[in-house]
Amino acid sequence: MKMTKKANQLTETKRTTIAAYLFISPFFILFAIFGLFPMIFSFYLSFFRWDGLDPMTFNGLHNFRFIFSDPIFYSSIKNTFIIGLLGTLPQIIVSILIAFALNSALIRFRNTFRTLIFLPYITSIVAVAIIFGLVFNNQPFGFANYILSFFDAGPIRWSAEYWPVKFAIATMVFWRWVGYNTIIFLAGMQSISKELYEAAKIDGATIGQQLRLITLPMLKPIVMFVVFTSTIGSLQLFTEPLIFLGRGLREEGITVVAYLWRDAFVYNTFGTASAAAIVLFVIIITLTAINLGLSNLIGRSKRKVS
Amino acid sequence: MSTKEVGEGKFSVKKFFVYFVLVGGALVSLFPFYYMFVMATRLNREINTVPPPFTPGTHLVENFQKVTDNIDFFGAMGNSLYVATTVTVGTLFLCSLAGYAFAKLPFKGKKVFFVMILVTMMVPPQLGLIPQYYIITALGWLNDFKAIIVPGLINAFGIFWMRQYIAEGVPYEIVEAAKIDGCSNFRIYWNVVVPMILPAFATLGIIVFMHVWNDFLWPLVVLRDPAVHTLQVALRALNDARQMDYGMIMSGTFWATVPLIFVFLMFNRLFIQSLSEGAVK
Repeated sequence: MKMTKKANQLTETKRTTIAAYLFISPFFILFAIFGLFPMIFSFYLSFFRWDGLDPMTFNGLHNFRFIFSDPIFYSSIKNTFIIGLLGTLPQIIVSILIAFALNSALIRFRNTFRTLIFLPYITSIVAVAIIFGLVFNNQPFGFANYILSFFDAGPIRWSAEYWPVKFAIATMVFWRWVGYNTIIFLAGMQSISKELYEAAKIDGATIGQQLRLITLPMLKPIVMFVVFTSTIGSLQLFTEPLIFLGRGLREEGITVVAYLWRDAFVYNTFGTASAAAIVLFVIIITLTAINLGLSNLIGRSKRKVS
Repeated sequence: MSTKEVGEGKFSVKKFFVYFVLVGGALVSLFPFYYMFVMATRLNREINTVPPPFTPGTHLVENFQKVTDNIDFFGAMGNSLYVATTVTVGTLFLCSLAGYAFAKLPFKGKKVFFVMILVTMMVPPQLGLIPQYYIITALGWLNDFKAIIVPGLINAFGIFWMRQYIAEGVPYEIVEAAKIDGCSNFRIYWNVVVPMILPAFATLGIIVFMHVWNDFLWPLVVLRDPAVHTLQVALRALNDARQMDYGMIMSGTFWATVPLIFVFLMFNRLFIQSLSEGAVK
């Protein structure tokens, strides 16, 4: 009797284990096929010459030598970083300011403001790039050039000159993401105790002091999170330059992902595209490591203080 | 003015600052939408003048007719709807199933598997783009919605999110009671857990739907034939035409954006809440 009960229990735990493995297996199977294998295969492919149709032929380090002797590849890396920085850094500052304003106790219509400021995020990047493509049109009737004409400046050829291209694309990134990050910062601020602000007000702290001495230090983990996700996000910039610059993807605005897309799907040189993907991979890993190191460092110094 | 205490009185500096930032932010947010609407109602030659128009015109219908002459707008919208709905339903099912296993079922290697799922979130999807394309070609899925749907079911964030929700929202006692009644693990999931996590379905569902609806790079690569284009790819085709008709392009963009704004305004609070929860967790 005892024996059968034990045996029953055993099969019960076994059954549960099997069920659990079954329930989680779809993710791992799909990820193995469409995530892990392609990543490993990218490394393999980067040593081969392949046009997408004929059999692949091994050509050693030639793909890497090719992209590293291509000035456009260097431009694409530089552009990615410049646009990322221009689009992200002001965005984080502005979204902290807006979140701080939204979190203030004084305001009415809080939900309306929050909704309006969040609205750009639900717009597709394609739509954003098309709208801003007209705002930053090269002709005098483009909105940006029309505004400039009041100051006797321009018209600027936004999609063809070095800095204007980057500024235009960074503006698209800024506009679409600032509301999203505002919501994230707002959620972080709402978790900060109100008593801290009350105490500061009693001590006569100004609004700037409150922001600098209470909000920002308490918000540090969230800031790190946003910096991290925005960095990774801006390294993947693709849609904005493709829509804004068209198939030609001028050197002034091409990004790394746009470079590898063009190599693969316009020029049919899948080997060099894979090599570019590997370089991007190395850049992302490096930045992730730096980011993790930094947040560890900040976490440790915080512990020392407390 | 500067001697006045902060937060004191009706016209304080703080109040001014707060409203200045919010009104400014709201205007900057809204202006491109308004600009898009104005241009969607204007003819190309009206747009091509200095100064450009800033008030709506009368050619809303005419511009949209030009859109449907150039691309199969409603076909593309149907494709987007089909793909986004299928991925959303599939993702909700698979993520909640895995989330249930991680939250309530004891099994060997649970922690390791969970960490592995979290690690996959750090890897940007573009890195495997070319081999992914190769696999899709080898499977014969080029120009087939399966190419979007099947890889789209991978959602590490969703599993993480569902695990958190089920761990907090479904009490152990209920699961245990169902087990004593002799329910299989899947029956427990289907009859007990799923009815309890419907709010989580709604919030995660909106996020996934929006993501698939707006996705561009992957559909651009695997959906070459205009008959299977999603809205985003079709819009790009519209924008890429040799002869730029801005009124028409803006009209297409406008009508592609309106449905999503509508959905967003319906679920607005739920949506914003779920996004911020996901980040702070």
